[in-house]
Amino acid sequence: MSSTAPEQLDVPGPRGRTARGREVTGRPPWMLVVPALAGLAFLILPLAGLLVRAPWSTLLQRLAEPHVLEALRLSLVSATIATAVCLLFGVPLAWLLARVEFPGRRLVRALVTVPLVLPPVVGGVALLLVLGRRGLAGQWLEATFGVTLPFTTAGVVIAEAFVAMPFLVISVEGALRGADQRFEEAAATLGASRWTVFRRVTLPMVMPGVVAGAVLCWARALGEFGATITFAGNFPGTTRTMPLAVYLALETEPEAAIVLSLVLLAVSVVILASLRDRWVSAP
Amino acid sequence: MTLDARLVVARPAFTLDVALRVAPGEVVALLGPNGAGKTTALRALAGLTPMSGGRISLRGRPLHTLPAEGRPIGMVFQDYLLFPHLSALDNVAFGPRCQGVPRAEARRAAAVLLERVGLADRAAARPRELSGGQAQRVALARALAVRPELLLLDEPLAALDAHTRLEIRSQLRRHLADFDGATVLVTHDPLDAMVLADRLIVIEGGAVVQQGTPAEVARRPRTDYVARLVGLNLYRGVADGSRVTVGELALHTCEQLEGPAFVAFPPAAVALYRSRPDGSPRNLWQARIEGIERHGDNVRVHLDGPVTAFADITPAAVADLDLSAGQRIWVSVKATETHAYAA
Repeated sequence: MSSTAPEQLDVPGPRGRTARGREVTGRPPWMLVVPALAGLAFLILPLAGLLVRAPWSTLLQRLAEPHVLEALRLSLVSATIATAVCLLFGVPLAWLLARVEFPGRRLVRALVTVPLVLPPVVGGVALLLVLGRRGLAGQWLEATFGVTLPFTTAGVVIAEAFVAMPFLVISVEGALRGADQRFEEAAATLGASRWTVFRRVTLPMVMPGVVAGAVLCWARALGEFGATITFAGNFPGTTRTMPLAVYLALETEPEAAIVLSLVLLAVSVVILASLRDRWVSAP
Repeated sequence: MTLDARLVVARPAFTLDVALRVAPGEVVALLGPNGAGKTTALRALAGLTPMSGGRISLRGRPLHTLPAEGRPIGMVFQDYLLFPHLSALDNVAFGPRCQGVPRAEARRAAAVLLERVGLADRAAARPRELSGGQAQRVALARALAVRPELLLLDEPLAALDAHTRLEIRSQLRRHLADFDGATVLVTHDPLDAMVLADRLIVIEGGAVVQQGTPAEVARRPRTDYVARLVGLNLYRGVADGSRVTVGELALHTCEQLEGPAFVAFPPAAVALYRSRPDGSPRNLWQARIEGIERHGDNVRVHLDGPVTAFADITPAAVADLDLSAGQRIWVSVKATETHAYAA
């Protein structure tokens, strides 16, 4: 590279360049470049279309409409509560899977990931069968506490938590497996009980994994559609979240659907940006 | 005795079975090659590796029935394992906090300990900001902060570079001298063991092969491993007066012994000759040179023959004798340089 001192180069190429430069790798083959560019266009063009067709002039006005704000508020609140529920139960579940030997652990781990691959509608049907008014647990809940979950905001939270929890569990379990367990041993030799070890050593050390899992979980909960509409229905104000509102608006006023979609897109971009930093910063 | 233990850990291909007793204030080093079971023994003492047999009693109370967090121990790990998310001060305060000491008081005690190891000014530093020697001292302070009755050190100096090691070794020696409980440290470095320990326990293949003060062990090694460690040629033979028969070779010594015996002599006591020397020294045999390598300022010659031996000679002597591998050569050792003792 340095033309001022070419005599210092140990392996001078034809024009004073070393052998390990562009000359060896050559041009990328078109058989890879063309499909790669096509794939990129496929991913980006729909989003670009959304931006192009957006009614920018009336955007703020449409965003301020009560039913939009209502759906947005409901989405944010239910996704946040669902994430909190997932943290409360998912982190201990991840710890159990990563740290405690018990028979059938592999099976349990497989079961935890089922909601990941299960079509969300099927999840909604399953939730109805168990927690619905005629459901196995639902009947009991109604008889004992007078609580009905389907078609309520609580039902939205449950549907979202069901679908999103695996993201959190997998992320946290991965972080726990990656964490050096000898730190936990060191804490034990200092007199820390297992709960103290978890609270003061394990959790702080896997915090980046917990945060990443929570963000993924929240994003998944925010975008939840199938399980929500099946289990919680589509009532404005109580169960109509943003994705449901988008779907509904598309039939009646497409411009409103675009506006709502733009909001969700903006939220996704923010999440992606925040997640990138989390991924990059190693625990 | 503060510590009285028999540690048994059975694994599929390996069984550790060692007994050890440590007096109050005494520092015992477990010395042995890699895989000998030293660290397993230490982990069993700490309660981190379950024992398949044996018992541990500390000041007359059973220890092996308690989980690790219930044992009155302090442990320094080989790579220190300072909690990366806590400052040096909070690392040291961690143990007292677990014992229920209020935060402010735990921190005050931690600050005193950090000062004692000369790190008062690094209290706020995170472990990754500390040098190796500083991290080692924080780890020691952290272990001492729980006021342990038994202090366990796993290769406490192995992660340090040579220069730091020298300094930290002498500091560690002072801190161990101040500590009035029992100390067990694990090392594979004979120098660390000699400097730090009052008594050595040599472990090979999961069993104790020799124990004694550093001077005793260095002077009278009982296995090839120990002999190599302290730099001696060692043979096992049968003594008859001042003569010890090792295989087909008879070695003469100044000591009078009967029965099974060890003979040891330093490599520097070995002399080499191209032709049979005049005046015939008592211990003389012919050997083949297996290899020649640098050894400090000298040259170490590996000899094969009736016995295998190392000879340390000067580079000038190598040139004079024109030595090369495969060559036949005469080897002699003065009787006054050999040392025989009962096996």
